[in-house]
Amino acid sequence: MSSLNVPVNNPIGLRAPPSLSFESVEFNPLGHRLFGPCSFTLESPGPTLVLGPNGAGKSLMLRLAHGLLSPTAGAVTWSGASTPRQAMVFQTPVLLRRSALANLTHALAVNNVPRKVRTERALEALARFGLSACADKPARVLSGGEKQRLALARAWSLSPSVLFLDEPTSALDPSAIKAVEVAVQEFHNQGTRVVMTTHDLHQARRLAGDVLFLSEGKVQEHTSADVFFRAPVSRQAQAFISGELIA
Amino acid sequence: MEDNAFYVALSLLVNFDASLYQIVVLSLQVSLLAVLIAAVLGFPLGAAVALWQFPGRGGVIVALNALMGLPPVVAGLGVYLLLSRAGPLGELGLLFTPGAMVIAQVILVLPILAALSRQKVEELLGEYQEQFVSLGMSRARMMPTLLWDARFALLTVLLAGFGRASAEVGAVMMVGGNIDGVTRVMTTAIVLETSKGALPLALGLGIVLLTLVMAINATAYVLSETAKRRME
Repeated sequence: MSSLNVPVNNPIGLRAPPSLSFESVEFNPLGHRLFGPCSFTLESPGPTLVLGPNGAGKSLMLRLAHGLLSPTAGAVTWSGASTPRQAMVFQTPVLLRRSALANLTHALAVNNVPRKVRTERALEALARFGLSACADKPARVLSGGEKQRLALARAWSLSPSVLFLDEPTSALDPSAIKAVEVAVQEFHNQGTRVVMTTHDLHQARRLAGDVLFLSEGKVQEHTSADVFFRAPVSRQAQAFISGELIA
Repeated sequence: MEDNAFYVALSLLVNFDASLYQIVVLSLQVSLLAVLIAAVLGFPLGAAVALWQFPGRGGVIVALNALMGLPPVVAGLGVYLLLSRAGPLGELGLLFTPGAMVIAQVILVLPILAALSRQKVEELLGEYQEQFVSLGMSRARMMPTLLWDARFALLTVLLAGFGRASAEVGAVMMVGGNIDGVTRVMTTAIVLETSKGALPLALGLGIVLLTLVMAINATAYVLSETAKRRME
């Protein structure tokens, strides 16, 4: 299968984001099956929203895809010759005990960006996420929303081809959620493959290009967002969506 | 009045007693240099033990923890044997010099710095690890980041090491010899004056030593609290 539909939803006409394949991926540490076996390919432009109840394996799936965890069996593969540049934004942003600016220059230094351009690029990323005024503030005294935006700015400064987000808005207030969603959309518009987990069905409706629905460590459904929210195929997804509506 | 320890201490300071000044300076030089060397070796060692899994890691951690309580006289004896004329490093002629005292104190302070920094770095690694792996950092690259981010905790560790070095008498006595004007430091001077029965002088020296240690700790505390309040 080729990703024929990529240019259609990619109005800027940037390079197509790399596609991600899980081939019979399993994760069973100490013999406990926590994930899989799962096979799927993310090749439509996304953003891909990973949905499912608590304990469905959403975070595990992201960590396996990003390489933070190694599958016990099976393989995670990317299109293209080499593994694409990736970044991840966590539910609780992990920030260094330094200024906001230093958090970004550190990430750039780690990625071998020459010293001369680091500050410039970091300031640019801060400005893009409305954090210019916070550049010299210690990262850890920022508000929850600012911290998450800083984590997004750090990811942005690395210009990743793939961005994973693990429930990035679950601890934020509505305006901060809005800012994160705008940023996610912007990553997507730049041609970054966005894969994000969320508990919030409304958010999923706003952002999703396609939906990966997990339950009990398995992919139950992988369809376009349109289909998923209109007429979910799997029984679990139907129950999940109606459960959310009743609640 | 002249028997009063506080009076003696005060008059020693006020009169800027030359031999006291020399003793104080040498004490500070030896202990600070020892702590500095131990930090340069011990912090990366502690961080390495925190970062890498290797066979015998548990043994290394137990050894470092146990060596925090190494009796100074045992360390002194070891260094004495190493540096004595017939010892393997006898040719260096270091025995009964300030250099030998520094070596002995490095051996005493190093386990404290390594063991405590291992704990601090491991705590921080637990918090940072996923982000580090996500950024594609190697373990070697993680080390300087972790040490820098643990800087406030490590300052306290450094003070613990300095406390051990400046308070210890057994090792510097054995390898330094308490030679007047050459290797006499505050602790060895206190032992000597006490044994001579010059209790007020000994007590006076004790007060000077205590004041110095307090001053250094207070300075470090104020500096780190100010910086910490701005950082966390």
